[in-house]
Amino acid sequence: MAGASELGTGPGAAGGDGDDSLYPIAVLIDELRNEDVQLRLNSIKKLSTIALALGVERTRSELLPFLTDTIYDEDEVLLALAEQLGNFTGLVGGPDFAHCLLPPLENLATVEETVVRDKAVESLRQISQEHTPVALEAYFVPLVKRLASGDWFTSRTSACGLFSVCYPRASNAVKAEIRQQFRSLCSDDTPMVRRAAASKLGEFAKVLELDSVKSEIVPLFTSLASDEQDSVRLLAVEACVSIAQLLSQDDLETLVMPTLRQAAEDKSWRVRYMVADRFSELQKAMGPKITLNDLIPAFQNLLKDCEAEVRAAAAHKVKELGENLPIEDRETIIMNQILPYIKELVSDTNQHVKSALASVIMGLSTILGKENTIEHLLPLFLAQLKDECPDVRLNIISNLDCVNEVIGIRQLSQSLLPAIVELAEDAKWRVRLAIIEYMPLLAGQLGVEFFDEKLNSLCMAWLVDHVYAIREAATNNLMKLVQKFGTEWAQNTIVPKVLVMANDPNYLHRMTTLFCINALSEACGQEITTKQMLPIVLKMAGDQVANVRFNVAKSLQKIGPILDTNALQGEVKPVLQKLGQDEDMDVKYFAQEAISVLALA
Amino acid sequence: MSSAPTTPPSVDKVDGFSRKSVRKARQKRSQSSSQFRSQGKPIVLTPLPLLKDVPSSEQPELFLKKLQQCCVIFDFMDTLSDLKMKEYKRSTLNELVDYITISRGCLTEQTYPEVVRMVSCNIFRTLPPSDSNEFDPEEDEPTLEASWPHLQLVYEFFIRFLESQEFQPSIAKKYIDQKFVLQLLELFDSEDPRERDYLKTVLHRIYGKFLGLRAFIRKQINNIFLRFVYETEHFNGVAELLEILGSIINGFALPLKAEHKQFLVKVLIPLHTVRSLSLFHAQLAYCIVQFLEKDPSLTEPVIRGLMKFWPKTCSQKEVMFLGELEEILDVIEPSQFVKIQEPLFKQIAKCVSSPHFQVAERALYYWNNEYIMSLIEENSNVILPIMFSSLYRISKEHWNPAIVALVYNVLKAFMEMNSTMFDELTATYKSDRQREKKKEKEREELWKKLEDLELKRGLRRDGIIPT
Repeated sequence: MAGASELGTGPGAAGGDGDDSLYPIAVLIDELRNEDVQLRLNSIKKLSTIALALGVERTRSELLPFLTDTIYDEDEVLLALAEQLGNFTGLVGGPDFAHCLLPPLENLATVEETVVRDKAVESLRQISQEHTPVALEAYFVPLVKRLASGDWFTSRTSACGLFSVCYPRASNAVKAEIRQQFRSLCSDDTPMVRRAAASKLGEFAKVLELDSVKSEIVPLFTSLASDEQDSVRLLAVEACVSIAQLLSQDDLETLVMPTLRQAAEDKSWRVRYMVADRFSELQKAMGPKITLNDLIPAFQNLLKDCEAEVRAAAAHKVKELGENLPIEDRETIIMNQILPYIKELVSDTNQHVKSALASVIMGLSTILGKENTIEHLLPLFLAQLKDECPDVRLNIISNLDCVNEVIGIRQLSQSLLPAIVELAEDAKWRVRLAIIEYMPLLAGQLGVEFFDEKLNSLCMAWLVDHVYAIREAATNNLMKLVQKFGTEWAQNTIVPKVLVMANDPNYLHRMTTLFCINALSEACGQEITTKQMLPIVLKMAGDQVANVRFNVAKSLQKIGPILDTNALQGEVKPVLQKLGQDEDMDVKYFAQEAISVLALA
Repeated sequence: MSSAPTTPPSVDKVDGFSRKSVRKARQKRSQSSSQFRSQGKPIVLTPLPLLKDVPSSEQPELFLKKLQQCCVIFDFMDTLSDLKMKEYKRSTLNELVDYITISRGCLTEQTYPEVVRMVSCNIFRTLPPSDSNEFDPEEDEPTLEASWPHLQLVYEFFIRFLESQEFQPSIAKKYIDQKFVLQLLELFDSEDPRERDYLKTVLHRIYGKFLGLRAFIRKQINNIFLRFVYETEHFNGVAELLEILGSIINGFALPLKAEHKQFLVKVLIPLHTVRSLSLFHAQLAYCIVQFLEKDPSLTEPVIRGLMKFWPKTCSQKEVMFLGELEEILDVIEPSQFVKIQEPLFKQIAKCVSSPHFQVAERALYYWNNEYIMSLIEENSNVILPIMFSSLYRISKEHWNPAIVALVYNVLKAFMEMNSTMFDELTATYKSDRQREKKKEKEREELWKKLEDLELKRGLRRDGIIPT
């Protein structure tokens, strides 16, 4: 058939392709209407193929009208459709015809389901860029206006996301209208629309002329920031960052700061949380002077807020706050104005607050330098290392590298060890998993001697953990340790212990030997693999448990490429051939797979 | 196995699984609004005489004074602070409750703003963050409001006030306005079920007495639901609000306004999509059925809506949908049934073939419902062909013997209803399946051709094949 369509290329073909006639639109539309949602979804996802088969003209005249009407479908289908249409410009004949895509997308932008609507808006934004300025005013702007004055809140919500893409290229008269419409959506009746407008306020401000920002955006910002619903107010805080970037220091002080101050003390914790969460961005946007006079005191209040959520969000920002301060004042400001509050947080009643702090507090050491770190921060680290909550301890351990650079890890090692041991034996396997992941890092910083003495036994113990995920992580950990400490170390300390487990009565432990060999062989190299590991693997081919045997086959497949031809032909091949005749189906399967992958057949 | 020589004891004692069952006995959690912590200063209220101990001419003024005293808020998270004053406020509130219930002529015009102010001071507060992110309303104990000893009495007092025979909405509407209602509605998000229960009564009374606020209340509930469905999926008071709506819908005048129909289609139906549906499904289904009893012509959009949002992966929700559908079918008019029977039974056929036996079982129970049976019987020529292949297949393939038995009964019922058609369908079952397979193959070929075309065009564009 493919050949036939090639022959059909004739003079009557639309867009230079003659095979269109082979695909009557009805057949394709049937596919898009299939009763099975999954099939319908598949078809929509290949909409570009269908459009290609139809050619640009028929896509415009037949396919798009159909798509404009398919609005009553499953949201999943609509989502796929909205996404497809964003990349459809080429398929309808290029930028000159981009406006043909607007009607179906306009419909999709009014749908209830948020993901569909958002995707439609995203596609509309994309397509707006392909419009010429004339087409933009002729087609796109009217669409935005229609959406902005729609009856149901969904269309007005969608409109909010479209103003900023058409504004820069519109004529002055149209610009004024666009601003007017945005203004009215900011005071819309329904909170959903006000939220949408508030969330686009910053983006819209960026494309406006500075005068309009001052005369129109700032009042909108002020009114949204004092909306009756906290869900609207908190979005105004986000917009604050973008608006602040556009204004001069003086304007910031008079136009923005009164509102921001109010937000930092809002009666709703959600708004205060937002201020804490966006603190670094606010700090950068407001500049050092306002930071010093206003933001630092506000930050102190957030650090001792009555809601743990707010304190945790603020605690997260402690390090960035320091980094964003002017270099010459950093140390003094942190020492005098922030550290006292941090000390309180170390013994906070809420574990999320402590754990947020623990995730960044080590970063302060680079800012404060060696002496301050030893005198002021070290006691806090040590206290957190002894915290009752494992997350707090983990967060400290996972950031050891920051301190290592400043004061060296030895200062901490005495307290570190009990903390590590306790985490290694924590009842929650996720905690154990987390500490395993830091082992290579710790090993690197504590050095091989300390490791052999204190931590090696832990690493080996994880290999026989009850939870598979831990055993798996433990094998990967060994590989990383070998990469760090070298093959000689592996040969002396790890490999013998791993190989002993091959005789363990528990088959799960025997399998762990195989998994370790899989992980270690590459790092250990040909010699160790051939001389020490291979014999054990081959011996295990006679194991009574089928799971062990098929893992032998898998291991052989894995280590095969490292071995030389002699070993492969002389030792591996016969064993795999034997396993290939095994009575167990899986063993046979994996043996045969190994034979073919290693090309031993 | 257990005596593995290499197993060090330190890890052996750790077992991630065995402890899981011994869930720590959860303490009852309590919380308080985010406003008053760390105030520190002790609160002093000057004790006033009891209302019954003063001459009735002085009572109104004393009543006002007591209302003002009760505006003072205490920190209940600190269980030790201000114990005496807390007790004093409690007994004063109790006294106020009695006074407003028993006394005649106590609701003078001056009392209205003071009552509303006292209630506002006490109940309107920013609700604190939920204690855990994974709060599962079905499993976990709700967090209780710490200040309940006072709050309960304030609610009690407010309800007596609203229900008092002397209560005059025309005066109260100056103080119980839109802003008041908005704040009241926000409180429905409280985690404390006791509080939500009181709020339900309060809102119901306000809806009943303030005609001017009705449209506003409905609209704000709309907004809460829409936000819940499309933005946050979190709001604790959905069931309570639906319960109020249930009785509101009951009172709608006929013909229904467009606004009410829109509420049904654009708000109530999408509420079915929410993950926590089980928490308010009974109330939701009640509202839906109320609507349909009012106006049967809404049956089609409702059932189509349910079909659109039919759960894809959550069997538990599917069972709820089937339950609701049965409630709807119980009141459906035969003329409406005919309009939606095709999409409806296509869905039921899918449910009947669900590998989840509870879903299949719930759907098959429809055949025990006499009214539904009679509808099916009247329309067996349409329904039987839709259901047949699924039933036939399950009777051969389903893993659960109880389901197979139920399906046999259904097949038998169909056979008795319409034996000619039944025989026909049995005879053509195989050829029908083959036709379906053939069609499937044609589809695949079509797509293969289309893809070839796309590939070739790509190559041509890249200049590999000359045009």
